[in-house]
Amino acid sequence: MAGSADLFAALIELADDQLILGHRLSEWSGRAPILEEDLALSNLALDLIGGSRNIYTYAGLVEGKGRDEDDLAYMRLEREYLNCLLVERGNDDFAQTMLRQLYFAALMQPYWQAALASNDETIRGIAGKAVKEMAYHVRHSAEWVIRLGDGTAQSAEKMQAAVVEMHPFTEELFTMSEAARACAKAGSLPDRESLRAEWSRTIASVFEQALLTVPEVRFPQSGGRQGRHGEEMGHILAELQYVQRTHPGLTW
Amino acid sequence: MVSLATNDRAALAWEVAASVPDPEVPCVTVADLGILRDVRFEGDVAVARVTPTYSGCPATLAIELAIETALLEAGFQARTERVFSPAWTTDWITEEGREKLRAYGIAPPVSGSNSIRALFGETVVACPKCGSDDTEKLSEFGSTACKAQYRCIACREPFDYFKCI
Ligand SMILES: [Zn+2]
Repeated sequence: MAGSADLFAALIELADDQLILGHRLSEWSGRAPILEEDLALSNLALDLIGGSRNIYTYAGLVEGKGRDEDDLAYMRLEREYLNCLLVERGNDDFAQTMLRQLYFAALMQPYWQAALASNDETIRGIAGKAVKEMAYHVRHSAEWVIRLGDGTAQSAEKMQAAVVEMHPFTEELFTMSEAARACAKAGSLPDRESLRAEWSRTIASVFEQALLTVPEVRFPQSGGRQGRHGEEMGHILAELQYVQRTHPGLTW
Repeated sequence: MVSLATNDRAALAWEVAASVPDPEVPCVTVADLGILRDVRFEGDVAVARVTPTYSGCPATLAIELAIETALLEAGFQARTERVFSPAWTTDWITEEGREKLRAYGIAPPVSGSNSIRALFGETVVACPKCGSDDTEKLSEFGSTACKAQYRCIACREPFDYFKCI
């Protein structure tokens, strides 16, 4: 059995990834290029934010200090957020948004699939929902990556530029922190490294159809899992935490 | 305060909770959808257990409040409990629920669909208006998390499809 401190930290990594990516997607609400896509991105954002609520709630229980989902989502300092850098990257254009989603979901679908075999009942329950949701996150983002990659000269150029920009951030998806390692050993959470081959297969298959090439990454970017974030993170938290910081102790 | 024999009390509480309509798809009840798992008594308190459809379903809280309110109005002390495991699947929608959805103009989920496994697998969805299989998907995402938008080629009617998960 992993210590509760390890499980807490590993759950926070998972919840922070979902909250921050969900927040990023929610920034498209009312701004997407077409109505269907506006609904789609809002739906994907809801899945991620809803999932993060369940994980934060469980993390709070595991920690045993009385913190609830709101305390964990809104009342921590930037260095205490453990999301990977990929999810905090800006939306930039549609190509980058869809590629970021594909990179993330292509790992999290097999991740939650593996988590169905966790020895922790709450994690199995959360995984049971998430695995189905991640499957259509992969499907939806892959469709767009293919449509844009194998589209017009301009869309293909933007898609390939997004690949060059975002690919260096994918390595951190597989980072195993000490806490994550302890949980994998204890059988409560999956080993990310063991899912790399499946992730690579999914990406390769989509890229082949999208006529994209995987760039050689010389300088993989990481730091988020240690709480070291990029400049964007401060901007996200300023918006995300505004209400709670301005009116401490507020209730809905 | 309701005072009934224990079995009657449990049956009545179930009856009350089960008749609560889904706030987003009001043609079906929470029991039709299979999200109301059971109602048990802890002492004098009726505890209704609810499983959310989607992780981020914004209706979950509204559903829990509606069930609690219905039980309170029927004279029970009540609370709800959220259970995640096992995860809800559209297979839990009852036969009656499927019929109600169809009658309402929403195509019910296709049982045993391959939509989880296949990356681009398409499911054949019959039009709830004319029954034709000649339909096309307009968008995998609709007005609520649980629905997709389709169009019938035969009768030209657009309709919602209750996605299979
Ligand atoms: Zn029709």
